[in-house]
Amino acid sequence: MLELRDLSFGYGARTIGSSVSLTLGPGEILALLGPNGAGKTTLFKTMLGLLPPQAGDVLFDGASLATLSRAERAKRIAYVPQAHAALFPFKVRDVVLMGRAAQVAPFSAPGRRDREVAAGALDRLGMSHLGERPYTEISGGERQMTLIARALAQEPKILVMDEPTASLDYGNQMRVLSHVRRLAAEGMAIVLSTHNPDHVFMVADRVALLHEGRLAGLGQPAEVLTPATVKRLYDIDVVMGVLPGGSFQVSSPRLNTGE
Amino acid sequence: MTPEADISRANRKLIVLGVAGLLLLTLGSMAIGKYWVPPGTILRALAAGLTGGEANVDPIQQTVIWNVRLPRVMAGLLIGAALAAAGATYQGLFRNPLVSPDILGVSAGASLGAVLAIFLRMPVPVIQAMSFCGGLLAVGAVYAVGAAVRGRDPVLTLVLAGVAIGAVVGAGISLIKILADPYDQLPAITYWLLGSLTAVNRADVASILPAMLLGLLPLVLLRWRMNVMTLGDEEAQTLGVDTRVTRLALIVGATLITAASVSIAGIVGWVGLVIPHIARLLVGPDFRRLLPASIMLGGGYMLIVDTLARSVALTEIPLGILTAVVGAPFFLWLLASGKRDWS
Repeated sequence: MLELRDLSFGYGARTIGSSVSLTLGPGEILALLGPNGAGKTTLFKTMLGLLPPQAGDVLFDGASLATLSRAERAKRIAYVPQAHAALFPFKVRDVVLMGRAAQVAPFSAPGRRDREVAAGALDRLGMSHLGERPYTEISGGERQMTLIARALAQEPKILVMDEPTASLDYGNQMRVLSHVRRLAAEGMAIVLSTHNPDHVFMVADRVALLHEGRLAGLGQPAEVLTPATVKRLYDIDVVMGVLPGGSFQVSSPRLNTGE
Repeated sequence: MTPEADISRANRKLIVLGVAGLLLLTLGSMAIGKYWVPPGTILRALAAGLTGGEANVDPIQQTVIWNVRLPRVMAGLLIGAALAAAGATYQGLFRNPLVSPDILGVSAGASLGAVLAIFLRMPVPVIQAMSFCGGLLAVGAVYAVGAAVRGRDPVLTLVLAGVAIGAVVGAGISLIKILADPYDQLPAITYWLLGSLTAVNRADVASILPAMLLGLLPLVLLRWRMNVMTLGDEEAQTLGVDTRVTRLALIVGATLITAASVSIAGIVGWVGLVIPHIARLLVGPDFRRLLPASIMLGGGYMLIVDTLARSVALTEIPLGILTAVVGAPFFLWLLASGKRDWS
């Protein structure tokens, strides 16, 4: 469905990453793991069409992203930014409704069907009770869920999530990941970035390791994400294994205390 | 009861209330002045003027009402409404509470145009025209710089370009002030820079009306898109909005109405900064309600300020002084009271 073909990306003349090729199918979760500065954000921006590819191409169902209008892109690929502090106290319902922008003509306002889709998106995430609350007064976890609902209101085929668990407390991290899993089970293709190997094991079907702008590994988490690759990416020694009674692999780091 | 039906019903209520309030204010403002004209007389004079019929009104009063007070009241309403609408637009577009209609240098450019025209001893219509053009030119220059710089946040680039070009234009204004005749031109320049509606006549009001309506059009048409623009450039793009075209349309609209109002009233500060805040406190951030609320509050506020300006003292007080005296403390209160308007 989504294909990156030998993609080079960067800002202006500066190349951040190159030779990235990968594909994503319906219902699949692809995790992107890589240290700060590896180019995850730039890669996302290129996938979303915010930056033009420097070489190679981003294809959606075989059609180059560059041939689609912004509105056409927004109907296919939705972006979930990190939960941010909003400036204006829009109601949660109105924030989600903004996901309909691609469907609403420039000079008009959302109609009945748009409102139904937005309400449905909130409902799907169990957020309906928050609809009337100002976005500025809800918790970080609720904001992240609101932004996911907004992305769902776009009725996309693909979700691109930028560190969806960053700056959330432990409970909210797990709630967001459960929803990610559920959305994929319903057929959504999802790309998400993370720094936490545990989260990759929990939700990802495949993982792409990004190191200094290049793919340092691509495949099933159990095969690709090993103590050796974590050492290479983050320069941290870890041991991995399934805890007694646990259902996922976990990664346990060894701290360098200088002793 | 869908929420949307709520919005349009609430909006209708808001507009009916607002218009009723404005009509009362207008009548009151026209009654007050060097001498008191009873509201009944005003209504009769206006009706007679409109129908061309005979009114039982003293011809002097008729002249005062039609040629002095009506144009002035109309200009006050228009300018207050325009500045508040432009301020609400820019605050959303630039996602910053400290933004006022002159963020992109429109007031500075308009001032340079007007000051230059005063310096060159041009007649009043030319001063107004040069002011209007100066405002548009300054914003055009800022926008050109912003468009030429690539690979940076376009909104931040625009604001910083506005600061830089505003400084250059300000230097030009200072230079002309030094060169100007201190007995004749300098007072005129200073008075203009403080804002006033003293000399406004019917032709002035008519001359800015087309630019006002034209500038308001994109703001009204893009009223919902404007909400999406407050998310910032990249998020709005991923939601499918062509942010470059949308931003350009909104900036052109807000600049037109600001330049038009500055061209006849001079620099009237603080209205475009403070009124949108009050409007947001009253009706919330949704631009579909914020725009009409800002327009009506701005018009009403300017009407009250101008009425005070021409009636509290023997000589007229420049508007900019009054709006600053009222606006700045209010703004500080807003800041200190920690209203969760901006988090």
